[in-house]
Amino acid sequence: MAQKTILRKPRGFIDVYKHKPGAEKDRTHYCPGCGHGILHKLIAEALEDFDIVDKTIVISPVGCSVFAYYYFHTGNLQVPHGRAPAVATSVSRANPDSVVISYQGDGDLAAIGGNNILQAANRGENMVVFFVNNAIYGMTGGQMAPTTLEGQITTTTPYGRNVKTDGYPIQVCEIINQLTAPVYVVRTSLHDMPNIRKTRAAVRKAISNARDKKGFSFVEVLSMCPSGWKMDSVPAQEWIKENMIPRFPLETFRDDSEDTPAIERPVPVMDPDEVKRILEYSALSDSNLEKNPDAAFEKVAVRIAGFGGQGIMSAGIALANVGMEYGYNVSWLPSYGPEMRGGTANCSVKIQSDTVGASECTEPNMVIAMNQPSLEKFEKILVPGGALIYNSTLIDIEPTRTDVEVYPIPITGIADELGNTRVQSMVSVGAFAAVTEMFDPGEIENLMTSLFKGKSDKVMKLNEKAVRKGYEYVKENFS
Amino acid sequence: MPRKLMKGNHAAVYGAILAGCQAYYGYPITPASEIAEAASLLFPKFGRTFLQAESEVAAINMVYGAAGCGLRVLTGSSGPGISLKMEGISYCAGSALPCVIVDIMRGGPGLGNIGPEQGDYNQVLKGGGHGNYKVIVLAPNSAQEMCDLTMLAFELADKYRNPVFVLTDGVIGQMMEAVELPEPVTELPDKSEWAVYGTADSRHLINSIYLDHDDLERWNRELMKKYEIIQKNEVRVEEYRIDDAEIVTIGYGSSSRVLRSAVDIARERGIKLGMLRPITLFPFPVDEIAELADRGLTGILTVEMSDGQLVDDVNLALRGKMISDLYNRMGGNVPTALEIVENVSELYGV
Ligand SMILES: Cc1ncc(C[n+]2csc(CCOP(=O)(O)OP(=O)(O)O)c2C)c(N)n1
Ligand code: SF4
Repeated sequence: MAQKTILRKPRGFIDVYKHKPGAEKDRTHYCPGCGHGILHKLIAEALEDFDIVDKTIVISPVGCSVFAYYYFHTGNLQVPHGRAPAVATSVSRANPDSVVISYQGDGDLAAIGGNNILQAANRGENMVVFFVNNAIYGMTGGQMAPTTLEGQITTTTPYGRNVKTDGYPIQVCEIINQLTAPVYVVRTSLHDMPNIRKTRAAVRKAISNARDKKGFSFVEVLSMCPSGWKMDSVPAQEWIKENMIPRFPLETFRDDSEDTPAIERPVPVMDPDEVKRILEYSALSDSNLEKNPDAAFEKVAVRIAGFGGQGIMSAGIALANVGMEYGYNVSWLPSYGPEMRGGTANCSVKIQSDTVGASECTEPNMVIAMNQPSLEKFEKILVPGGALIYNSTLIDIEPTRTDVEVYPIPITGIADELGNTRVQSMVSVGAFAAVTEMFDPGEIENLMTSLFKGKSDKVMKLNEKAVRKGYEYVKENFS
Repeated sequence: MPRKLMKGNHAAVYGAILAGCQAYYGYPITPASEIAEAASLLFPKFGRTFLQAESEVAAINMVYGAAGCGLRVLTGSSGPGISLKMEGISYCAGSALPCVIVDIMRGGPGLGNIGPEQGDYNQVLKGGGHGNYKVIVLAPNSAQEMCDLTMLAFELADKYRNPVFVLTDGVIGQMMEAVELPEPVTELPDKSEWAVYGTADSRHLINSIYLDHDDLERWNRELMKKYEIIQKNEVRVEEYRIDDAEIVTIGYGSSSRVLRSAVDIARERGIKLGMLRPITLFPFPVDEIAELADRGLTGILTVEMSDGQLVDDVNLALRGKMISDLYNRMGGNVPTALEIVENVSELYGV
C-alpha cells in the first residue's frame, strides 16, 4: 500500500501567522524566489524533528527577516540592527536550557553588527547563527552590502562595487574560523536541490549543537535575492553558482561538534538568607563606640594630601571607617577628575554628627600635609583656628599661617623607625586621634582586623604600633 | 542596622544584588568603572551573570535580551557610553522592557573629562534615543541612596515595565559613605505573562514594531498614559529648611549636597535659604515647584553642573509665575557652598 503523504507546515511554524498584519495570514512576506523562505522551512522542520520547538528562542534581526517572528512557533525577540548576537548572548545566558537562534542578513551581521558577531563567536556563546548572505541589502531596496561582489551594481554602487574605494566582499566564515571558540563553521548555498539538502544537514547539525549546549555554531547560507538583484528566480539561482560561489567557497571550515563538552552555567543564588551570608552581613559594622564628650573637635573636615604612594587614600578611608564605628556620619572623597595631576593625591574626609552636605572639604578645619606641595596648596584653605598637621620628615619649610594650630610631626621618620615607610598613613591616623581627641587609640587597635581585613598578623601589629606612635608623639610634644 | 563604608558605585551594585538583579552587562568607563568591577567580583559569587560586553551598544542589547527573558538586569556607564546606549534604550522603552541603567555623569561634550558634571540630563530625560518615550529617572545624592534608589529602580522598572535610570555624577559614584544594607528582596514579580523563557508556555514576542500607523499611535498613547500615571504617583523630593525660606535653591545629585551646606551657612548669616531637591527627575516635581511660585519668595535659584538643562524644567514647572535664576559650574568643577551663598547674597541683595 502506498504511504499517504500529508502536506502540512512543519510544526516549527505558527499555524496561522497571527502577528502578520493584513489579510494574508497563511503565506510569508518574502518575495517569490527568495532564499529566506527556504531557510526558514529547513529550520522549522529541524525544530519539529528534534522536538525542541518549545525550547527554542528566535532572534529576529533588522533586514528582510525582521519579521521572522511572524513565522516561528517559538519565543521571539525582535532586536536592533546588527545586535542579534548580543541579544542572543544574554537570552542564552538567561535560559541556558533553551536553543537560541540568531538569524541575520549580511548587512546586519557583517556591516553594522560586525563586532557583535565576532565577540559572541569569540565567547563561544551557546547559540546558532544563521547568516543569510545575499550580497545585498534587501530590505532597504538593494544597496551595497559588505558581501556585495566586486563590480556588482547596487543602488549605492551604480557604477559597480569598486574595491579600491568600497573594499572587497567580506568572507565571514573565514574570519570566524580564525577564532578559537566556535565549534561549527560552515558555508552552504540554496541555489539548487543538492545544495539545499546540504544546507538542511548543516542546519540540523548546528541546531543539535545548540540543543546539546556545545557552544557557537555558524552557518552561512548563500541565498537568492531576486528583487534586490533585479532578476527572475531562475537566473538568480544561476547567479549564485556563477558569481557568488567562486568568491564564497562552499566548505565546512570547522566541525568540533563531537569532541566539545556541554557548556554548564551556574544556577543563580536568590535565597535572601544565602544572599546575606555571601555578602557577609554578620561581619558588617554594628558598633556604636562611645563618643568623647570633651573632645577638642566636635566635627572634622580634613583634607589629607601627599604623593601618590604615601597611603593618602587609605589614611582617609581608615579615618572614615573609625568615625563610622563611633556612629558619626562620615564621607570620604578622593581627589578625582581634573584635580588629579602631577602624581599628588588628596582626599576629603568629613566626620560629624549631623548630615554631611558637600563631601569635598573646601574649607577644612584640618589639613594633613604629607609633602611640601600639599602643605603649600592646602594650608591656604584651612579655616582660622584649624589644625595643620604636617610631615616634618619631608617638609623643611615653615607654614605661613599663624592663625592655626600647627603640628609638625616626623610622620615618615616614625614609620621608618618602625621598619616600614608604608605605615606612615596609620601614623597620621594616630596623630589625628590625638589632635582631635575624637578617637581612642585603643579602639582603633580593636578595629585593626576590620581595617586590614585579609592582611597578615604581622602587618596588623605593625600598623597598630604606627597608630600608637603617631598618637603618643602628639601627646608628648604638643600637650 | 549593619553598615559598611563603601563607594556610591559599589553601593549601586549592592542595591542591585539585594533587589535580585541576576545579570550585569557593561563596558568600563571612568567614573563608572567601579560598578563593572564590583559586579564582576560579586555577581559570580551568586552564580549570577557578569559579562564585560564589547561596547555599550552590545551591553544595552544584552540588557534588552535579559530583560526580555524576565530577568532583573543592570548596566552602568557614563556620558559617552550612555550616548551609545540610546538606540537600545529606545528599543527597551518601545518593547516595554524593565531594566536599570546607572549613569555616573562626567564632563562633556565629546570626550570632555572624567570630572563630575550633570550634562547628561537632557540626553537621559528628553529621550536621547529616538521616538516617543520616557524613562523613569532617580537621582541619588549619597552612597546610601545609590543602594536604596537602585533597589527602588528595579521595583519601578517592573511595576511600569519601563527602563529606569539611576542618574548621578562622579562625586556620588566615587565618594565613600556608611551604607546601611537593607534586607534582600524576598520575592520577584511574576513576568510569565510576557517574558520569554524558552518553554511551551512562554512563546511570547518581544517587539517594538507596529507597521500599522493606527496601531503604533495606539501604542504611543498607551505609553503616554503610563507616563501620566508615573507622573501622578512617583514624584519624590527632599525639602531642607524650606518652610520659612525666602529664597529656595533647587538642585539634585552632588550639587544638592553642596546646597545643603550652603543653606546652613546662609542661615548662620541670617539669610532664609531653603532647598528643594528632586529625587525623581522623571517624574519631575512639577507641582512641588509650581507651588513655590505662590509663596511670595524673594527668589528661586537653580544650581546645576550643566549648561542650564535643569533650570529649563524648573521654569517650565513655574509656568511663568516666577523665573528661576541659574547658578552653574561645568567642566568637572563642583560649586562650593560659600560660592553659592555669595551668589545668593549678590543676586537677591541679602
Ligand atoms: C540603525 C539602523 N540603521 C539602518 C537601518 C535601515 N536598514 C534596515 S534593513 C537594512 C539592511 C539589511 O540588509 P541585510 O542585513 O543584508 O538583510 P536583507 O534585507 O538583505 O535580508 C538597513 C540598512 C535600520 N533599521 N537601523
Ligand atoms: S528583497 Fe530580497 S531578501 Fe528581501 S524578501 Fe525580497 S528577495 Fe528576499
